[in-house]
Amino acid sequence: MDALYLLIPIAVVVMIVVVVAFIYTVKSGQYDDLEGPAHRILMDDDDPRIPGHKEKQDKKISGSD
Amino acid sequence: MSTAAPVQPAPTDCFHCGQPIPAGAHYPLVVDGQPREMCCTGCHAVATAIVDNNLTDYYRFRTTIGDKPEDLVPEALRKLQVYDAPELQKSFVRDADGNSREASLILEGIVCAACVWLNEHHVKQLDGVLDFRINYSTHRATLKWDNSRIRLSDVLKSISEIGYHAHPFDPGRLESLQKKEKSAALRRIAVAGLGMMQVMMIAVAMYIGAVSDMETGMRDFLRWISLVMTTPVVFYSARVFFTSAWRDVRRGRFGMDVPVSIGIAIAFCASVWATLMGGGEVYFDSVTMFTFFLLTGRYLEMTARHKAGQVAEELVRLMPATATRLRNGEQEVIPVSQLEPGDVVLIKPGEVVPADGVVIEGASSTNESLLTGESLPCHKHLGDNLVGGTVNIESPLTMQVAKVGDNTVLAAIIRLLERAQAEKPELARLAEKVASRFVPLILLTAAAVFLWWHQHQPSEAFWIALSVLVITCPCAFSLATPTALTAATGLLTSKGVLTTRGHALETLARVNHVVLDKTGTLSHGHLEVVEFQVLGAADKAFCQQLAAGLEMASEHPVAHAILRLSDAPLSLSALTAESGRGVKGAYQDKQYRIGTAAFVQELVGAELPTTLMQADGRSQVFLGSSDGWLAVMALADQLRAEAGQAIAELQALGVDVTLLSGDTPTVANAVAAQLKIPHALGGQLPDDKLAYLRGLQQRGMTAAMVGDGVNDAPVLAGAPVSIAMGSGSQLAQASADMVLLSENLHQLPFAIHTARRMQAIIKQNFVWTIAYNLLAVPLAATGMIAPWMAAIGMSASSLVVVLNSLRLKH
Repeated sequence: MDALYLLIPIAVVVMIVVVVAFIYTVKSGQYDDLEGPAHRILMDDDDPRIPGHKEKQDKKISGSD
Repeated sequence: MSTAAPVQPAPTDCFHCGQPIPAGAHYPLVVDGQPREMCCTGCHAVATAIVDNNLTDYYRFRTTIGDKPEDLVPEALRKLQVYDAPELQKSFVRDADGNSREASLILEGIVCAACVWLNEHHVKQLDGVLDFRINYSTHRATLKWDNSRIRLSDVLKSISEIGYHAHPFDPGRLESLQKKEKSAALRRIAVAGLGMMQVMMIAVAMYIGAVSDMETGMRDFLRWISLVMTTPVVFYSARVFFTSAWRDVRRGRFGMDVPVSIGIAIAFCASVWATLMGGGEVYFDSVTMFTFFLLTGRYLEMTARHKAGQVAEELVRLMPATATRLRNGEQEVIPVSQLEPGDVVLIKPGEVVPADGVVIEGASSTNESLLTGESLPCHKHLGDNLVGGTVNIESPLTMQVAKVGDNTVLAAIIRLLERAQAEKPELARLAEKVASRFVPLILLTAAAVFLWWHQHQPSEAFWIALSVLVITCPCAFSLATPTALTAATGLLTSKGVLTTRGHALETLARVNHVVLDKTGTLSHGHLEVVEFQVLGAADKAFCQQLAAGLEMASEHPVAHAILRLSDAPLSLSALTAESGRGVKGAYQDKQYRIGTAAFVQELVGAELPTTLMQADGRSQVFLGSSDGWLAVMALADQLRAEAGQAIAELQALGVDVTLLSGDTPTVANAVAAQLKIPHALGGQLPDDKLAYLRGLQQRGMTAAMVGDGVNDAPVLAGAPVSIAMGSGSQLAQASADMVLLSENLHQLPFAIHTARRMQAIIKQNFVWTIAYNLLAVPLAATGMIAPWMAAIGMSASSLVVVLNSLRLKH
């Protein structure tokens, strides 16, 4: 049971780290827009990485020249 | 998050805006290798811009089809250049260092996530734009740009190229204040939540330790750890309760925060005492849990309030940012803030009147729905007054400015609104009434118990008095209302009824009179052709095509309604619109006219046929050629389909209904008769409506006001509880307690029903809490309950309240 005297204070330290991390996320504005990121990830320009879509991307690049 | 699937318009509709392609229009464009057809030059230009910039993914991902872009007149684009003027930029641009600048924009026309994607990608690829981010929930954007490489007007112009409109705005003090408030609330919740989890974990160990044989050393160690973790929760997270309770006490009243603070303070102090002395019981788990639940409830209420506030700010847009001033025969575009009385300004069709003034040249009609709520435009001739914020519809007007800024009619409405808001009758909240009686009672009981035991058995006195205080802990009392409120608000939001102020539901439950506005509330708020009678030999389809073809030349709302009559309007030559009278044009060498009876008769010559339909207060439009009368159509504002049933449902709930309209008494009475509304009053100005509402209150009624226009805003603000329509003006929404986002009037009786259910649940919660206290207090006072049993009893009573409130969700 003596291990608890060490482990519980460690848990307290971890909690403090988590609180500090959370406060950082609030300050950096990560909670300002809760809907956006969910949509944004769906519209990533990851087309070239999807198999079979590469050709289309090439065409786009040549089209913009 | 919505999971709507991407949509594509039918092949016969415009690929960009989804409206039918008029006959003869041909605007082809290759999109993603597919040939597509557009309906007009505007859509074609926007689609070309999207294709040229490699942004065709927009068409693949959009879940709603975009609006039809307004034609990009070079003049409108030139106007954007005003935003480059340093004196105007001062009001909304934050200068970072050197050339790097930052501004906030309101974006119009955003309907789905693909629009946001399109705008972000289009703007970000401009040279000189450092950052551009759009907030999905508020449709606002933050733009950072390098002023030496690109001008603000160029960015705005490129946004209009893809069919959207952006206005810079000043986020102002309010928004930064709200942002601070929100981030402080989140930090408090984080500290309370994490503290709660840790302390509860240890508390479980201590509960088990209490029945098994835990060493005193270990028990004291766990208590000390709990104390360390609870201290920030009490002194940081719960500080809001203490400050607001202190404010209440100084004002001599007991709000809900007073018992909350007393509960937290006593439980915490007793626990600290027990930890230091090594005896008694600790309640750290209850303290943290209680703080966390209450903070979460308040956070949800705050976000709803902020959302309403943002809507209010967009009101600033009612006033145009720029005006065209005429000076020495030259036109110059200036910021509205620089207008002075006596200036002469030019107002083009479609523009908003920048200030109050008098027409000195030209004739046109203006949309004054801002003031009257009436969607039909008013004719304006030489010498007529113009009101700032109204919209010029047909032809250019020259106006001499009479009043600017705070002296305008719009400013007066806003002042009336603010006054009404300040004088709003606040019905005492049930929870506060109970709290104000309950708190002194507990304190007296605890004191009496302490004194009695102090005389008979001094060593036990403190712990028994503490048991009394803890077992009656106001947790259950203070949770009774907020939990039910949160559950009911959540249920209503999912049905499309947004609650923006906390008290609204409690008041709504007591409503026994509903006052409805007509235009835009009971009706759709725009004109439609309700009857079409052919007068001559020509067939109906031809008459409709002809009417639509003629009305292409007009911007009048009547014209918009008639245009919808036909998918394939005829194309006429020599179309001319005459303000307030009608339109004339030629088709296959024959003259045609559409408009007022007098205007068409000039061409027809013959008297009107006697078999004409009745006007019945509707607007009539005539169509004729040099050969004779062709047709007559009646236009009216259509009532919402569900209005009649919704009113019947309201009456079934025992609620009285009144129609209060700015329209003429005849029209108001006709609508009331059709919908079986018992009382109707017409010709009501905002002041009259407010007076009527006050009269109802004096007769002891609790009234709910439902409206949509700017003219309704003061009444909405002054009513005990008010509901605005989702498509209504922003001012109306900002001043209302609730917003009917779904625009479905059925939700009105549903909201009242839910509010009443909520009130019943709150009463049950109170009855349960009082019953629990009546049982527990005597036991605690006689010393039969150990403090740890008191702690469990307290948690259990709170849990019952929370679970009971959650029943509302079903």
